[in-house]
Amino acid sequence: MHQYVWLIPLFPVLGVLINGLLGSRLPKKVIGPIACIAVGMSAILSTLIFLEVRALPPESRILNDVVSYTWMLAGNFSVDIGFLIDPLSLVMLLVVCWVSFLIHVYSIGYMHGDPGYARYFTELNLFVFFMLILVSANNFLMMFVGWEGVGLCSYLLIGFWLEKKSATDAGNKAFFVNRIGDFGFLLGIFGIFFYMGTLNFQEVFAKAPTTFAYGGMEITLITLALFVGATGKSAQLPLYTWLPDAMEGPTPVSALIHAATMVTAGVYMVARTNVLFMMAPVSLLTVAIIGALTAIFAATIGMTQFDIKRVLAYSTVSQLGYMFLACGVGAFSIGIFHLMTHAFFKALLFMGAGSVMHALAGELDMRKMGDLRHHMPHTYRTFLIATLAIAGIPPLAGFFSKDEILYKAFSSQSTIWESSGYVLWMIALVAAVITAFYMFRAVFMTFYGKSRVDHHVAAHLHESPAVMTVPLWILAILSIIGGWVGIPWIESFNLFPQWLEPVMKGKEIVSQMAVGIPAHAAHHSISFELMMALVSVVVAVFGIFVAHKFYVKEPELPDRLTSGRFFPMYRLVLDKYRIDELYDFLFVRPTLWMCEKLMWNVVDTKLIDGTVNGVADIAKGWGNWTQRLQTGYVQNYALMILIGLMLIFSYIVFLY
Amino acid sequence: MIPMSYYLVLSALLFGVGILGVLIRRNALVIFMSIELMLNAVNLTFITLSRYMETLHGQIYVFFVMTVAAAEVAVGLAIIMLLFRNWGTANIDDINLMKW
Repeated sequence: MHQYVWLIPLFPVLGVLINGLLGSRLPKKVIGPIACIAVGMSAILSTLIFLEVRALPPESRILNDVVSYTWMLAGNFSVDIGFLIDPLSLVMLLVVCWVSFLIHVYSIGYMHGDPGYARYFTELNLFVFFMLILVSANNFLMMFVGWEGVGLCSYLLIGFWLEKKSATDAGNKAFFVNRIGDFGFLLGIFGIFFYMGTLNFQEVFAKAPTTFAYGGMEITLITLALFVGATGKSAQLPLYTWLPDAMEGPTPVSALIHAATMVTAGVYMVARTNVLFMMAPVSLLTVAIIGALTAIFAATIGMTQFDIKRVLAYSTVSQLGYMFLACGVGAFSIGIFHLMTHAFFKALLFMGAGSVMHALAGELDMRKMGDLRHHMPHTYRTFLIATLAIAGIPPLAGFFSKDEILYKAFSSQSTIWESSGYVLWMIALVAAVITAFYMFRAVFMTFYGKSRVDHHVAAHLHESPAVMTVPLWILAILSIIGGWVGIPWIESFNLFPQWLEPVMKGKEIVSQMAVGIPAHAAHHSISFELMMALVSVVVAVFGIFVAHKFYVKEPELPDRLTSGRFFPMYRLVLDKYRIDELYDFLFVRPTLWMCEKLMWNVVDTKLIDGTVNGVADIAKGWGNWTQRLQTGYVQNYALMILIGLMLIFSYIVFLY
Repeated sequence: MIPMSYYLVLSALLFGVGILGVLIRRNALVIFMSIELMLNAVNLTFITLSRYMETLHGQIYVFFVMTVAAAEVAVGLAIIMLLFRNWGTANIDDINLMKW
């Protein structure tokens, strides 16, 4: 079965072709189902392959024999169009396919009545295609093709409502910021090829321990370059600014691309190259620190925003920070675990927000919501489930993954900085409190309290149709049970890390090559782990309690607090630390200035235009002068021929 | 026997007269005749050298030249006839449309 893996990305392409070429002529009743079926087929096929691989013994679960053909061959450099089937890519395939499928179904209801219906589904299918290429590629270059492709689709879908200036601006911003990251990724790929002469994942990971020294300069630079790519795609400090703006796109797009799948590509890439990262402790610590800082930084912004989608966007940035923190402390499989649970509950949160927007005629401001739980029971319940999951309340999915990240951070020990574990754990724990606070703030402002809805809109309040609520409930169930595959305290229930074990070779390889690094970190007792879990639950409940006090019991309290002594600080966070303004001042404006003053006024008009026009002027002047030779008198021409002949003749006779 | 140089000098003189005629005369028919004169000057050279070097190659070439000259005369005279009909003159100074 697994040799048919190339069909998985092919189905969405068929959807793209049908909807893209014939979309304007097909009825709407057909367009949506075609797109859904295309993704659904991929989902079923990836499930079948998953079942096949699961039946194999763990050590033979890496299947690298699916090579369609040689893409390029130059000297001893060759790149295949090939697919790598292993536990990691299967997890990604399953998550991407099934979450995409649910969001496609939801989109049928959400995008109903949009004039760009066919274009929307074409671009959404195209995105799924590139994402599947990204996660199933067996070499860096093909992964990069998918990487760029999802960036393109993200740009297209953010600017989907292209008559809106803010939407196209946001699309441009996302594209430009991603390009910076992509440049880093590309440099990393160049470095890998330069030192190893191959881009195939398995060959690179096999050669790495003999090519590079542990913690050497080369491997550190390569992994840092790769991580720059990851920060761009996965919206980490300092390249996160595009993600909140990306909320200009349709809400299902935010759910699919900017929460569940594309933005996790960076985490996937770091986990995929875990062998390289494990060999570079400096890079690893950088990943962990950037992750932890992003987690708390974005969470604080999330506390102050009033746009419900922006709250979720900052929450996504923050959660991605957690995933990188997990990777940075060497717990790559936990990072992927959180990626999976996050895909469930964050897609659900966005779809719930979309459902609210649908009912409120596109209203995003939470100050104009309130008391929606009676009007939208399904949306309310599923949203609450997702919020409990992200806050880390057991036994929902987010609890297991986030708690495990906190525990791994606490017990980690970098070879460079001994007490890094405690610092990272403290930051992550504070971020967890804030997460619980701002997520419940969103719930309370949207679904509780007095209704602040415009009364024109209030008259039309309605629950969304079944095509939207059914996917919500499916994701809600996944948000509840999704974490049960990785219960860390019971060996037989800790399936997820065991499943990823064959891919996460980094630790093993490093322990063989470097002295003084144990293969397994010091093992804490189960009771200690449970105590850690208790701490994270207590802080989550504390966050919820504070949110309840602020936004349900005493709704005037936040205003009183923020208008008083804390006003300047509040204002700074409300303005997102003015990072956008800073970037504008530091990078955008100088670039534009240089473009206008130097590139346009000097290089373009003087140099390039001058050269082109100058060549034309020379030709014209020369022609003006020489055209006089063409008199129209045949005898003149004959005379010139004679003179020429005599010159040649005399040269041959007298000088030759 | 008359030395070869006599023939060659005569040939060169004929060729020079032909060139001068082509360059100086204005009547298209006279120019045409001058061209024929140049061709025949070359023919004379061919025959002379063929005789003195005792090979037939030069003579063969003369046949070719005469054939081509005949064909050329047919085409050229037709062109001059048409020019005369359309312009009412065979003076080539009046026929100078092909210029900048």
